[in-house]
Amino acid sequence: MTVTERRPGHDIPVAPGPRPARLRAGPLLAACAVLAGAALLAVLVGPVRLDPWAVLVELAGRLPGVDTSSGLSDQEAAILWQLRLPRVVLGGLVGAMLALAGAAYQGVFRNPLADPYLLGAAAGAGLGATLAIAYGPGTSGWPVDLLPLAAFAGAVAGVAAAYALGRSGPARTTTSLILSGVAVAAFLTAIQTYVQQRESETLREVYGWILGRLTTAGWREVVLIVPYALVSTAAILLHGRLIDVLAVGDDEASSLGVRAARVRLVVVAAATLATAAAVAVSGLIGFVGIIVPHTIRLLAGSSHRLLAPLSLVAGAAFLILADLAARTVIAPAELPIGVVTAIVGAPFFALVLRGARRVP
Amino acid sequence: MPVRRLLIPLALLLALVASGCGQDEPAPTAAAPAPASRIVSLSPTATEMLFAIGAGGQVVAVDSNSNYPEEAPRTDLSAYQPNIEAIAGYKPDLVVYSDDPGELAAGLGKLSIPALQQPAATRLDDTYAQLDQLGRATGHQAEAAQLTATMRAEIEKIAAAARPERPLTYYHELDKNLYSATSKTFIGQLYAQLGMKNIADAADKEASGYPQLSAEYVIKADPDLIFLADTKCCGQSARTVAARDGWDQLTAVRSGDVVALDDDVASRWGPRVVDFLKTVAAKVQTLEPVGS
Repeated sequence: MTVTERRPGHDIPVAPGPRPARLRAGPLLAACAVLAGAALLAVLVGPVRLDPWAVLVELAGRLPGVDTSSGLSDQEAAILWQLRLPRVVLGGLVGAMLALAGAAYQGVFRNPLADPYLLGAAAGAGLGATLAIAYGPGTSGWPVDLLPLAAFAGAVAGVAAAYALGRSGPARTTTSLILSGVAVAAFLTAIQTYVQQRESETLREVYGWILGRLTTAGWREVVLIVPYALVSTAAILLHGRLIDVLAVGDDEASSLGVRAARVRLVVVAAATLATAAAVAVSGLIGFVGIIVPHTIRLLAGSSHRLLAPLSLVAGAAFLILADLAARTVIAPAELPIGVVTAIVGAPFFALVLRGARRVP
Repeated sequence: MPVRRLLIPLALLLALVASGCGQDEPAPTAAAPAPASRIVSLSPTATEMLFAIGAGGQVVAVDSNSNYPEEAPRTDLSAYQPNIEAIAGYKPDLVVYSDDPGELAAGLGKLSIPALQQPAATRLDDTYAQLDQLGRATGHQAEAAQLTATMRAEIEKIAAAARPERPLTYYHELDKNLYSATSKTFIGQLYAQLGMKNIADAADKEASGYPQLSAEYVIKADPDLIFLADTKCCGQSARTVAARDGWDQLTAVRSGDVVALDDDVASRWGPRVVDFLKTVAAKVQTLEPVGS
């Protein structure tokens, strides 16, 4: 990864500067339509064949005032309501959070390679999960699982440590922040590897978590992630215009009356919360935070007022489709979702890059 | 005076050397190498085998995962990242290992330490062959032969007794993410001995032997029996399985046919496979009236 700090005034921003962007409804509506289509497809198709019409009737039956009988057996209804639907919803939420966090990070760091895991969120979550698996008490009787909480705390602590370290030195630049993220990540990963070596019985579960956990997702995970998703989304969407201003450089932003450091702190905090919540319930899913925002940037421009909400919706649709592939391509077996996002995402991104003929 | 003072230690030294030579007298011949007397085992299965054939007294160190039997001299030696210097520190005359993650065999070779690789068995015959091999290496050939004969007889007896009329279907869980093992694997062949049908077989298109199943599929397949080989690693139990979303629909969950296995017994290919088969057969027998 090349990280080059650009002096204010000589800035080549990621975004071609803030343009007078109004929130256009067209692209957003189109993205929402894609998301709705993806979600519907994902609910209708799965490793177990359910009659699509019966599924639609069953779904409609839950609407108030509609009373229908779908003809699905108890077992099929359980598959639909307790396995397939929560997985689609959770996939959408995780994809939305990762893509939104990616867009936010790339904006505030003015670095196209920034992704949600940049500042040690992944390493922190990995360490938290490993510690919970290795030393956590048996939680089989508990109402909540310790693992997602530990992963969440680890991710937040990792980024907080990177932030504290990056702000402590004499050079308070975004580069020093990114580098301290690299250092913190390396340190936390080292501890995680050490713990795994000592407690080799936990290896299996740790790797299972790292490979992604949408497989066993349920409504519990959805409930866990929703509050953080709402707060982070609101914070980032409200800061869209300010992120745009940061693109001209910190000094010029402050001459425009924007306190760059403060905006960066708020946005990074919100993006971290979103990432941590996603990682806590789904493990580490790569690529989403990079591919989706860049694709949106190429298709719809780079103002964060539009980029952020579009990334949110497109990220949800992308991960729902990726998960659909993960659970159907070799059904009834599963592919790790991280493999799908990389295999599908990278070439797709290359195509968009070629077609657009302009480098983000 | 000084000469006499020197003579005493010299005599002692000579006596030591002589006695040392005396012990070595039945010199190892090419045909029958001396039985190993300082064994380091880096494979939990090999550790179990060594103790089962009565060679436990010759084992000086076992790796950190060799937790059975209790009296095995467990150390911090890692089988995943073996430290050749640490292994050599035990002055072994035989190192038994299962996987070579890199330079293990080469490193031991440089130090002229004899090494024996016993990879994961793919069939029961591999288990018998490895027991026989260890018997020959440790001078416990007769015990090894007797053990394999007993194992064969017991397994035959269990298989003959517990063949249900209608093949019971089962799901063998390796971890919480629904990784399973098919009938092609070592453990799957043991279930097959009891005439059972594996729901993971249909899911193994890449023929890896260890597919990750989707929850939807497990619910749809509705196996008669669920075996958990993730009780120690991942804290799973009949209760945690029943608490999973949608799993309350499963017949096995409703009728209490979720069996918690010992992860170690279910993942090793040593003499305790007989115990594993007994556990499974006992459970199968409780279900037999349903099938007939």
